[in-house]
Amino acid sequence: MKAFTQHRGLVGPMDRANVDTDMIIPKQFLKSIKRSGFGPNLFDELRYLDEGQPGADCSNRPLNPDFPLNFPRYTGASILLARKNFGCGSSREHAPWAIEDFGFNAIIAPSYADIFYNNCFKNGLLPVILTEEQVDILFKEMEAEEGYQLSIDLPAQTVTTDSGHVFAFEIDEFRKECLLQGLDEIGLTLKEADAIKQYEDARAAQHPWVFGAIK
Amino acid sequence: MAGQTLYDKLWDSHLVKQRDDGSALIYIDRHVIHEVTSPQAFEGLRLAGRTPWRLDTNIATPDHNISTDKTERDAGVAGMSDEVSRIQVQTLDDNCDLYGIKEFKINEMGQGIVHVMGPELGATMPGMTVVCGDSHTATHGALACLAHGIGTSEVEHVLATQCLVAKKMKNMRVTVNGTLGAGVTPKDVVLAIIGKIGTAGGNGHAIEFAGSVFRDMSIEGRMTVCNMAIEAGARVGMVAVDQKTIDYCEGRQFVPKGEMFEQAVAYWNTLTSDVDAVFDTEVELAAEDIAPQVTWGTSPEMVSAVTACVPTLDEQPNEEKRKGLERALEYMGLEGGQAIESIAIDRVFIGSCTNSRIEDMRAAAEVAKGRKVAASLKQVLIVPGSQMVKAQAEAEGLDKIFIEAGMDWREPGCSMCLAMNADKLGAGEHCASTSNRNFEGRQGTGGRTHLMSPAMAAAAAVAGHIVDVRSFVGGDQ
Repeated sequence: MKAFTQHRGLVGPMDRANVDTDMIIPKQFLKSIKRSGFGPNLFDELRYLDEGQPGADCSNRPLNPDFPLNFPRYTGASILLARKNFGCGSSREHAPWAIEDFGFNAIIAPSYADIFYNNCFKNGLLPVILTEEQVDILFKEMEAEEGYQLSIDLPAQTVTTDSGHVFAFEIDEFRKECLLQGLDEIGLTLKEADAIKQYEDARAAQHPWVFGAIK
Repeated sequence: MAGQTLYDKLWDSHLVKQRDDGSALIYIDRHVIHEVTSPQAFEGLRLAGRTPWRLDTNIATPDHNISTDKTERDAGVAGMSDEVSRIQVQTLDDNCDLYGIKEFKINEMGQGIVHVMGPELGATMPGMTVVCGDSHTATHGALACLAHGIGTSEVEHVLATQCLVAKKMKNMRVTVNGTLGAGVTPKDVVLAIIGKIGTAGGNGHAIEFAGSVFRDMSIEGRMTVCNMAIEAGARVGMVAVDQKTIDYCEGRQFVPKGEMFEQAVAYWNTLTSDVDAVFDTEVELAAEDIAPQVTWGTSPEMVSAVTACVPTLDEQPNEEKRKGLERALEYMGLEGGQAIESIAIDRVFIGSCTNSRIEDMRAAAEVAKGRKVAASLKQVLIVPGSQMVKAQAEAEGLDKIFIEAGMDWREPGCSMCLAMNADKLGAGEHCASTSNRNFEGRQGTGGRTHLMSPAMAAAAAVAGHIVDVRSFVGGDQ
């Protein structure tokens, strides 16, 4: 997994609450057996005027001129500014895959759905949680200033604006460490293989019906 | 010291290791696999040169992508008309064959929607941790399991290590006491709960559903409720063990028999919250206040009693919510203030992991019996949740009732709940649906979903518009 430490980049908006995973990446793209290439279909139904098909070339599709991420001023955005309960709905990891593949390195929102939040960390994508008031300030500053950039510092756990705001955010220690180092979580867990085996043996002795039935 | 909640007990009994940084390793008893969220996990496993930790924990079946059309289904995987979908289902078969993972293949008895299949085969049992790359895994919590959805990276993690890295959630108890009125079903109860706490109300929590309404409810009804915990923001929904739980499990394919069953039951009977357990959040509803529910918007929390009207913009003082409401009404093609019963329906979908079990089929058939689908409807899809549900429904003659009413009786799968196969809405079409999500485009680009119970959906099919099922079954209206 790619690591995340500091990032400075252009901010792009997704200004509505409860953005669901069907909106982030519609179901027809979930038929892929790959984990890359979802970026062109991020927010597909909002972004394009026609209906997207898996495997189709998106470069000549009609863009929705009213969708903010299509505005030239947001081209190249790498920080997605969003509203509360972002990523609600399904467990599809295709959602963070699409966001990351589009070119975003981080998301800033007041809250996230639990599974989506968890999925971000597996893909080097930092979901920052700020208060609704702080997110409001960022939206206002972004709308007022073309080329609006933010600086995110994961070790310091801060989001800094050029206007001088420094907003601190919370993050679990384990998740932070994995992101900072780009760690392979499976490799880490397998270092505990003895503890897992020990637990498993005890469980098999105590609750034998949990084991062996499905062959 | 205060007693433990059911969630506390399930968490503690699966704790492999508590780490200093606040994270924990949790052991997974049952891993359910389907075609959409697993191919990248198997590929990751292979690329890292790893193999599954334990085979007999896994159970797989294709459900999301497959056709519900009998002719296409009879042709098997090779006959799937959508080439991209065919490759995905074939990949599941190949991965299961390669590693020796038990799979109920496309037309095998046992195949079905993952969350219908697991409990009905006894693959999920009380006290287990159950995960699947699907957010509706909370369904299994109806059997007092700790069950939740995971992403594909975690599917790979579970395959490789039999564990998840997790952090303990908070405890929420949703209590509904009283007696439900005629025509009010488990679906209405869970929609009313979501209407009350909102789609983010349960974020960070494991919900236990408690109170006389759930004690009186069948296990299948409890599954409908737990299934939609995620629509209230909670990954986990649960109901404590009682005699109904044990009776449901007894005799199922993967449930132990004889002495080992007795041993299991002795343990299962401990799977209730202690009377002095303390919950971080408590929510209460009264059964008598719950009418049949219908969603009118683009989020499950945009829900009202069928007798109500679509809300108006001036009722909503909060600006962000007003913007959301305005957008939802525009997308749904509805006017604020219009009666919900005035909404005309183009298609009906009865199925999904929320409502495709035999009791759901019976409830829909009871309304459909001797009646005809309204001439204005384009399609009424009845999609049983599994091969076993289909066989049982046919043995009871329910298929004939549906067909005589002018409905389509289909093959088991996820179907129009998420429209990954050919079953989908056209732009602008209104659907009375027993599924779980009314998001924009969920059932087809531009499609307009109204979530409701199977009986309500069947009634809408007959009436041609949304209608209070109580006027069909002779309730208080």
